[in-house]
Amino acid sequence: MTISILRPAILAAACIACAALPAAAADVQTIELTLKDHKFSPETIEVPANERFQIKLTNADATPDEFDSTDLRVEKVVGGGQTGIIRIQPLVPGRYMFMGEYHAATARGIVVAK
Amino acid sequence: MLAAFIIVFREVIEAGLVVGVVLAATRGLAGRGTYVAGGIFAGFLGACLVAAFAGGIADLFEGSGQEALNAGVLIVAVAMLVWHNAWMASHGRELARELKAVGHAVKEGSRSLMALAIVCAVAVLREGSEVVLFLYGVAAAGQTTALGILSGGLLGIAGGAVISALLYLGLIAIPLRHLFGVLTALITLLAAGLAAQAMRFLAQGGWLNDWVTPLWDTSSVLSEASIPGRVAHVLFGYMAQPSASELAAYLAVIAVMLVVRRVIGQETGGRMQASA
Repeated sequence: MTISILRPAILAAACIACAALPAAAADVQTIELTLKDHKFSPETIEVPANERFQIKLTNADATPDEFDSTDLRVEKVVGGGQTGIIRIQPLVPGRYMFMGEYHAATARGIVVAK
Repeated sequence: MLAAFIIVFREVIEAGLVVGVVLAATRGLAGRGTYVAGGIFAGFLGACLVAAFAGGIADLFEGSGQEALNAGVLIVAVAMLVWHNAWMASHGRELARELKAVGHAVKEGSRSLMALAIVCAVAVLREGSEVVLFLYGVAAAGQTTALGILSGGLLGIAGGAVISALLYLGLIAIPLRHLFGVLTALITLLAAGLAAQAMRFLAQGGWLNDWVTPLWDTSSVLSEASIPGRVAHVLFGYMAQPSASELAAYLAVIAVMLVVRRVIGQETGGRMQASA
C-alpha cells in the first residue's frame, strides 16, 4: 500500500496531453484509479489541497460498482469494463474515505489532501 | 446476505420515505392507490432501463450522462412538488373538510396525483437503478451466494417498505387540522433537499464550478452515511457538508414554495369572498 505520488514528469506529460482538451479539463489534475477483483489500486490517492481534481476510474471487473464517498460528496456508478470520470471539488487538508458501494468489504480507499 | 440487505435497505429507505410522504399527502383522494402504484411501477421499469443502458447513459455529455440524468429527474421532482403544494394551498381546506366523503375533489385532484406519482417514479427510478445494478452484479458474479444475496435484497425491500409504512402511519396519526400544515412543510423541505442534491450532481457533472466547496461540516454530529442521517437527508434535505450552491438552491425552493402558497392563498381567499 505505498502512496502513489505523481512525479513531475508524468504531470508535465499529462498537462501536455490535457492541453488538447477543452479548457475546463485542461487545468484539472486527473488521477487514474483502477478497480480490479473489487479492490482499488492505488488504495491511497494523494492530492494537493484546495485544488479541483478528477479521478478516472477504470472498472476492470465484469460487474458494475458505485464509487461512493460521503466524505468527498460524490457517487457514481461505473459499469463492468467501463471508465468513469469523477470530479472532485477542492478539498481542505484531510483524509477522505471512499468505497465501491457494491463491494464495500474489499473495495475501499482513501484520498489524502495535503 | 447481510451486505445485500444493508445496501438494498439503504437505497429502498430513500424511495420508501418519499412514497410514505406522498401516500400521506394524497390521503382522501380517490384513485391515489392506482397513481402511487403506477408511479412506483413506472419508476421500477425506468430503473431497469437505466440499469440496462447504464453504459450508454454514462457516455453521454462527455461522460457526465449519469449526472445529467440525476440532476434532470431531481429538478422534475422539485417542480412536481411545487405544483402539488400549490394545489394543496388552493384545495387543502376543501380536501380536509371532505376527507371522509370524497366526491368532487377527485377530478381536480387527479392532476396533483399525477404530479406526485411522478415524484414516486423519480424516487424509485433513482434508488432502484442502483439496486438493480448491484443485484445484477451479484447474480452475474456466481451462483454460490446468489440465493442468499437475493433473499437479503428482498428483506431489504421489505425493510424499506416497513419504514415507508411507519412514516405514513406516523403522519396520518397527526390530527387533521395540523396534517396539511405538516405535510406542506414536509413537502417543502423534501423539494428543497432534492434541489440541493441536483446542485451536487451539476457540480459533479462539471457544469457548476462556483459555490461548490462545503461551507461547514456537521458529519461528526450527524453523518449522512448513518441511517438517521439518511432519513434526515431524504425528509429534510439534511446535508453534513452543504456547499453555497446547495444551500442557495435549498433556500430558493423554500422561498418559491412560500411565495406560491401566499399568492394562491390570496387568490383562493379572494374568490371565496367574491362568491360569498
